[in-house]
Formats: sequence, structure tokens, C-alpha cells
Amino acid sequence: MPFSLPDLPFEKTALEPFISAETLDFHHGKHHATYVNNLNGLVAGKPEASMTLEQIILASDGAVFNNAAQVWNHTFYWHCVKKDGGGLPTGALAEAIDRDFGSFDAFVKEFTAAALGQFGSGWAWLVFDNGKLKVTKTANADLPMKHGQVALLTIDVWEHAYYVDYRNARGKYIETFLAKLVNWDFVAANLAKAV
Amino acid sequence: MSSITSTLAAAVVAAPIAATQPFVLPEMPYAYDALEPHIDAKTMEIHHTRHHKAYVDNANAALEAQGVTGKTLGQILAEVSKYGAAVRNNGGGHYNHSLFWNLMAPAGKGGGPSKELLAAIDRDLGGLDAFKKAFADAAVKRFGSGWAWLIVTADKKLAVVSTPNQDNPLMDIAEVKGTPILALDVWEHAYYLKFQNKRGDYIQTWWNVVNWNEVNRLFGEAVK
Repeated sequence: MPFSLPDLPFEKTALEPFISAETLDFHHGKHHATYVNNLNGLVAGKPEASMTLEQIILASDGAVFNNAAQVWNHTFYWHCVKKDGGGLPTGALAEAIDRDFGSFDAFVKEFTAAALGQFGSGWAWLVFDNGKLKVTKTANADLPMKHGQVALLTIDVWEHAYYVDYRNARGKYIETFLAKLVNWDFVAANLAKAV
Repeated sequence: MSSITSTLAAAVVAAPIAATQPFVLPEMPYAYDALEPHIDAKTMEIHHTRHHKAYVDNANAALEAQGVTGKTLGQILAEVSKYGAAVRNNGGGHYNHSLFWNLMAPAGKGGGPSKELLAAIDRDLGGLDAFKKAFADAAVKRFGSGWAWLIVTADKKLAVVSTPNQDNPLMDIAEVKGTPILALDVWEHAYYLKFQNKRGDYIQTWWNVVNWNEVNRLFGEAVK
């Protein structure tokens, strides 16, 4: 069964004014959709056609990997944001952040540096790796599962994620993402599954 | 020579590789709206005053931090592996954009490929149509951010290549090395405001504003 484009887990205007409906029209309706269509075209009639998305990601490289991983990354990214998000994590997640980064502010600083420092297209991540939380960054389509890590949170720093709303000001986009958009409940659920 | 052509010729900066430290943001050889309607003025303005300027400032800062002085941009790119990621990314960004501005001109003002260039394109790339297709393919297939190039290799042959991010064929780390004579920026910031996800449309539109006069000149220099 071919892969399909998942619906956004919120209304297209839900993230305004921080991420516009126009951005989501292109980002979900064109970019994410294109990765899905490309992947289906690439695996049609091949053994991958009967594999799960995760199995394809772990087994492939080149164009199949790029499109499969970008399908996964975008679906994950949509769940990392919500209307009236941001603020502070709570409970076990907040404790783990304090334990492994020293403080929430220290985490914010490290995550921001990773997202700003990913030169070109890519992603910054909060991951669970060998019992600890870590901040990482990946180029283009690359993602934590390819490195034996569990993704907890991501920000898309391909220019298409922010250029309509923020132009070149990636720093402002990252700051807004953390302050106004992060869905910490989703991140906490990912951690609970991982431990 | 018409006045617009002489203005353009005068404004084209002497080889970007000859720029010396500390680097400065070059002036544009035309107004931001000069490439309309093919490339929009807002894109050109942000691309020059924000993106290119950041590469210049960051390259200078990274070189200063390493105590590197008195070198040309060409010297730095040829040994860029010595200087680390910040110089590779930002020094590359400065050269690539400086070259890119010179390689565009208002539609109808850029001339066409010279007889000599066309002969080389026929010989090495199978003709102008095949070259344009290969170049557009290289540009559209560069996954993520990067550039497509037409270069003259050490044995004076033409080749179409692409590089990731702000790498270029002058760098010692380049997979295929050569002298760039045509360059196309396929970072999303080069086309997103007007073309969004349609990189292919941007590439096809861009042919309208290629400054072939400059391509011909660079080709002549490279095969000398």
C-alpha cells in the first residue's frame, strides 16, 4: 500500500501569526506531499513497497532515503508544534532536561546553537541517546534513528520552513518556535516511550 | 557599445578570486529590480544585503580569529581545508555570490554564447540543448542547498557539476575541480519568495537573465 500524506494535526491557521497558513500550504501541501509522491514512485514494484517507512529509512540511502526520511521528519515536526505551545516542559521531561543540560535555559541555548549552526538545509533535534538527553543537528534529510537515537523534538531549518515568514532571520524563527510553538506534551510522550 | 552594456561591463567586479582581505560586500552590477520579472527585486535585495553580507562578515571574522591575513579569496579557497568549516562555508558563500551577480543581467542584455564557447559546448557537452538539460538536471537534483556549475577543467574541457551548500569547484576539497564560468544558486533563499517549492520553474526562468557576455569572457580567460 503506497504511503500517503498525513493530515496536519491542527488547522492550517492554528500557528498564526508565528507560522503562517501560507507557509503551511507550501510546506505541508507541496514539500511534504512531494516527498511522499517521490517515495511512492521510487519504491513502486520494489521490495521496499511492502516495508514500513522506518524499515525503508534504516535500510536505504540516496534518493529513497532522502524522500523516506523527509516524509518521517515532516510528520514528526508537525506534531512538535501546536497552537499556544511553548512555555516550559513539566514532570519527568523537565527533570531529565535539568539533569542532562543543567537547566532549561542551558537546553534552550544548546538547541538554538545547533539550529543556527546547521549550515545549509537540515534539522536540529532533542534526542534520547544511551539513557541521556542530547541536542544534535543533521544535514538535509538525515535523522536520529539512522544514528541509533530516539527523536524527542525537532525543528526544521530548511529555508522553506521559515522563509515566507522570517526571510533570512533563522534566529528569530528558532526563538519563536521555542517560545510559542513547541508541543511539550508530545516531547514528554516521546521520552516516556523511549525510557 | 551601448550605454547599458558599458555600464554593466564597468560594474562587473574584477575576478572575485582577486579580492583581498578583509573582504567587502561588492556593489551589485545592476539595480535590485533589474532582473524583474524573472527574479524579483525583494529576493535580490535580501539575497545581497542579508545573505551575501553575512557570508562576508562571517568569513572575515573566522579568518581574523585564526590570524589569517593578506590572502586573496582565491588563495584561501584553493587551500580551504586548512581553515575549517566557517571559512569553507562563508568564504565559499562570498565567492559564489560575487560571481553569481556578475553572471546575471537584465533580460535581453546578456548577449548569447560566443562562437568559441558554443564550439566547446558542442565538443564536450553534446550541444547547447544537451548542456542546458544537464545543467538544469544538476541544479534540480542537488538535494538540499547548493550550486550548479559550468566549469573549465585543468585539461581545458567543459564540465557540468554541482556542489553542496557553499562549496565550489575552486576548493581543494571539491570532488571535481575547475574554473567556474557559470553558476546557479539553488539554495531556497535564491528563489523561495517567487517560486516557493518550484525549483524547476526558477531554473527555467533564470536562463532569461544569464549574462552570456560574462560567461564568454570567463571562458576566454580560462582556456587562455
